[in-house]
Amino acid sequence: MPSETKAAETFVEKPKTLAELRGDLAAGRVKATDLAARYYERIEEVNPRLNVYLSLTKERALEQAARVDAATAKGDPLGVLAGIPVGIKDVLVMKGAPATAGSKILEGYRPPYDATAVSKLEAAGAVLLGKLNCDEFAMGSSNENSAYGPVRNPVDTERVPGGSSGGSAAAVAANMAVATLGSDTGGSIRQPASFCGVVGVLPTYGRVSRYGLIAFASSLDRVGPFAANVRDAATMLGVIAGQDPKDATSSPAPVPDYAVESDKGAEGLRIGVPAEYFAEGLDPEVRAAIEKGIDSLKAAGCAVKRVGLPHTRYAIPTYYLVATAEASANLARFDGVRYGYRSPASDTLSAMYSHSRDEGFGAEVKRRILLGTYALSAGYYDAYYLKAQQVRRLLAEEYLRAFAEVDAIVTPTAPMAAFRLGEKTGDPLAMYLADIYTVTASLAGICGVTVPCGATQAGLPVGMQVLAAHLNEGTAFRVARAVEAAQS
Amino acid sequence: MIEKSEDGDDRGMTAKVTVKDVERVAELAHLELAPEETGRMLNDLNAILDYVAQLNELDTAGVTPLAQVSELEGAEGAGARRADAVLPSLDRCAVMSQAPETDEVFFKVPKVIER
Repeated sequence: MPSETKAAETFVEKPKTLAELRGDLAAGRVKATDLAARYYERIEEVNPRLNVYLSLTKERALEQAARVDAATAKGDPLGVLAGIPVGIKDVLVMKGAPATAGSKILEGYRPPYDATAVSKLEAAGAVLLGKLNCDEFAMGSSNENSAYGPVRNPVDTERVPGGSSGGSAAAVAANMAVATLGSDTGGSIRQPASFCGVVGVLPTYGRVSRYGLIAFASSLDRVGPFAANVRDAATMLGVIAGQDPKDATSSPAPVPDYAVESDKGAEGLRIGVPAEYFAEGLDPEVRAAIEKGIDSLKAAGCAVKRVGLPHTRYAIPTYYLVATAEASANLARFDGVRYGYRSPASDTLSAMYSHSRDEGFGAEVKRRILLGTYALSAGYYDAYYLKAQQVRRLLAEEYLRAFAEVDAIVTPTAPMAAFRLGEKTGDPLAMYLADIYTVTASLAGICGVTVPCGATQAGLPVGMQVLAAHLNEGTAFRVARAVEAAQS
Repeated sequence: MIEKSEDGDDRGMTAKVTVKDVERVAELAHLELAPEETGRMLNDLNAILDYVAQLNELDTAGVTPLAQVSELEGAEGAGARRADAVLPSLDRCAVMSQAPETDEVFFKVPKVIER
């Protein structure tokens, strides 16, 4: 390792698979309460260095673990995640637990309800350990925008874990949870999964209910899982997916058994490779790792062909207009009236609004609210917001055309491996470009999986992004499994 | 893009953001910016908007804006709406307990109108 990384530490530890843990629990080799206690010990040991968890929900976790142990003792049927320790990104609400969204403006807030994805996990037997650090309101690509301090990458503590779901990715990489939930608006699951060397899933828009997700950009926001391997990520998605009367945009499509889907192998699948994702700006080491991954898909019996996605270069400008416009509307609800922080020294309502928001929001959130408000303001609406929505359709239709020819598209997840803390904080635009390969799928509403695919010479993980058409998660999992199998 | 009148409706994407613009937008968004913050935001917004202006290269005449993926044909979007039935909502006391200031029935705020 180069001398400047001397201070860096590593906390990488691979969790057991769901199948292994399930076997242990069912055979009585380990109790769910002991497993939860072991995970809390691990968290206590490494969290001071990594800053992954913002709060722990021990009481709730240990009660759930005790229920699982009681069911096991009685021989009752166990849920698919019975006893599995899971962490939740702090943008998803858990009844009575802190929900900060990484922001000071929600300090002290204890939501009176559970997010649908959270209650589904618990209904399947999962033991919810606590809430995971993230960029403020999920706005960021490095986890450095959290009001509660940055998360450090378990692979190299001098580097960022990616963002915004940095805590969710790092928790799995450091075995501080077996699996986690995150959210992805422009790449916030896929990019940190890539930086931390774990699997991250972007479900199709509408596949997983957004009820109880603190909104950033509602037409783009998705809830999705992280896990240490593709099959476990597929199992997690199967648990949280499905229609929810509390989210009108959730899809009524039946939920397949994604883990079984992922077992089907990749042979015969047609894989598209878009030249636009291998152009200038891609780190050569990342390129080499992804090309090797593509070779392994050929070896697995996939037919690899070129596809054209010529509008790709317009995706970042489109994304940052659409996302900030929606954010400026969504974040209007944080006004010091119903929950969270209220500035104490205000004698009028108007002053109370602006003081609370000024003191409560961090710089990146303010920047995006201003940009979005500007793009929506009288005189600029057509030039910015409407234009971006038109380009959004071009980007989405381009994907639909490509998926008429191929079953999946593979790209690097990010143009670089994990960068250093502080490296990009001074330049918002440079930070936005870390999302260059992920925002297109966000705009198009399609699904994808990031799977570890080699490493740089310095040992930093590289992630391959496998994209598939709407509701074709099963296909993405099959391809990701093949890439994963070629790793070891 | 063509720039129209001063107070007109259709300003182009090439417009430079001014300090006045930042202040006006901040006011619209109920954000109070410190003077040095205004300067930084001005620089950042101009850099981002310059970058965003490359969308002007694309001719989007006749393209229907896409606000939601469910509007996309072939994307298998959300299905039927739920029945319009009254269902229990969150417990009022639980909700009010989270407010910064409340009498447990109403949210309390500072005075609305200056006298």
